Amino acid sequence: MKRLLVLGAGTAGTMVANKLRRALASDEWTITVVDQDHAHHYQPGYIFVPFGTSTPGENVKPRKKYLSDGVEMVLGEIDLVLPDQNTVRLADARELSYDYLVIATGTSPRPDQTPGMDGEEWHKSVFDFYTLEGATALGEKLRSWDGGRLVVHITEMPIKCPVAPLEFTFLADAFFTDKNIRDRVDITYVTPLDGAFTKPVASQLLGDLLESRHIAVEPDFYIERVDNETKTIVSYDEREIPFDLLVTVPLNMGADFVARSGMGNELNYVPVDNHTFLSPKWDNVFALGDAADLPTSKAGSVAHFAVEVFTDNFLRHIRGEKMTSEFDGHANCFVESGDGKALLIDFNYDVQPLPGKYPVPRFGPLSLLEETRMNHWGKLMFRWIYWNMLLPGRRLPVPTAMSMAGKRDVGTPLPKEKESVK
Amino acid sequence: MSLAVIADREVHVDEEGFLTEYDEWSEELAQTLATNIGVELTDPHWKAIRFLREDFKMQGETPTLRRVTTIGQIPTKDLFQLFPKKPAKKMAYIAGLPKPAGCV
Repeated sequence: MKRLLVLGAGTAGTMVANKLRRALASDEWTITVVDQDHAHHYQPGYIFVPFGTSTPGENVKPRKKYLSDGVEMVLGEIDLVLPDQNTVRLADARELSYDYLVIATGTSPRPDQTPGMDGEEWHKSVFDFYTLEGATALGEKLRSWDGGRLVVHITEMPIKCPVAPLEFTFLADAFFTDKNIRDRVDITYVTPLDGAFTKPVASQLLGDLLESRHIAVEPDFYIERVDNETKTIVSYDEREIPFDLLVTVPLNMGADFVARSGMGNELNYVPVDNHTFLSPKWDNVFALGDAADLPTSKAGSVAHFAVEVFTDNFLRHIRGEKMTSEFDGHANCFVESGDGKALLIDFNYDVQPLPGKYPVPRFGPLSLLEETRMNHWGKLMFRWIYWNMLLPGRRLPVPTAMSMAGKRDVGTPLPKEKESVK
Repeated sequence: MSLAVIADREVHVDEEGFLTEYDEWSEELAQTLATNIGVELTDPHWKAIRFLREDFKMQGETPTLRRVTTIGQIPTKDLFQLFPKKPAKKMAYIAGLPKPAGCV
């Protein structure tokens, strides 16, 4: 028997195990998945929790329920991968050997990495919303908060779901407007990027949406520390921004065992080939989803498109054939913009988000880079699709590779030479 | 992508003026690039620039600020003093490397 070992039973790990279980003969292959707990979280659902429009329970289900029969689940904390011995060691000293390894342990917010962030004010006036615990605590805070300076802050890129802080900001604006206290709330969006988003066309449009909602943007802000006494965030170039309520996206890092095993970069992401996810160092080690060091968004949609490409390739790889499918970095993300509307962006390694229709050219029904109600319904419906189609590994009626059909090339707004560097 | 003449040499640059060809860079060119954005190069500047050049050669991408700090061992605070406001971009510009992806 050969063994495929998958580390992590999140979005990528669950899909890979389920898809390969169907493709690999069960009398030849064991598929084992390791995770440290039983709870599978639908992370895109967290964004609604602070505003009371989703309950914590809706977003959590048992992992086992979403793994196919014939996939073995091992509960345990991963201590170390020994890639030269094809072995994974767990914290309780159990050892699992493998023929092929898929690392899919994701990325996590790490408030402990910024001085003062998880200090006295943590979950009092400083919150994150990338954990269910943080989103729930923030929801309680928002219910009784009657205004002041709200600072929405990103520590450092890359972060998972890079549009989520923008969504939070738009939803907060709508939430306070609804509560009739918007005039008592001063909102500032603080980012290490030079604008609202990473890609020029989307950045300009999303920047305009912030401006029209009277939200100030503080760009190029690289945080050094959170001062709990004065309630300010302080940058390396000594800018200080005061807050009454800080909603921060802490530094995101891959799992610590990746670093301990000497398999990661400076943020514990596993370097792999951009198109095949194979490690350049070990011919039987892959990394998928957020755990991989890929130059595209860390998002469930990327994990989904990546897994589609990966399963075909893996079957070739184990037969000693060349991996001929190439991942293009395809990502698409809903961006909730408040008042029951949302935008949708669709892009890859080479093509930035552009306006148009998705998934069917000219028809949609979803609209790219445009605020519509249909997009919002798309986002809400996606929760059902996630649990019932995506995780079981059913093919969705959308193309895996990004398509230019239905998109309009509007040209890149050109920054002036050297201006953006000064 | 277009051609620009910097320090009497013809080089390939992107729309923001970042060099796109690794081998078209020289230390002399770096002096001019630095002057363009108001940076006067001293030894600590060169330590950072040389780290960027070396790291790009090995990794194939412009290192992040965190990488310059952790692998290149230059404190972030110092980088902000040497290359005020936008150290990652300024270092890449002077080192003749692609604009840092800022990620995605």
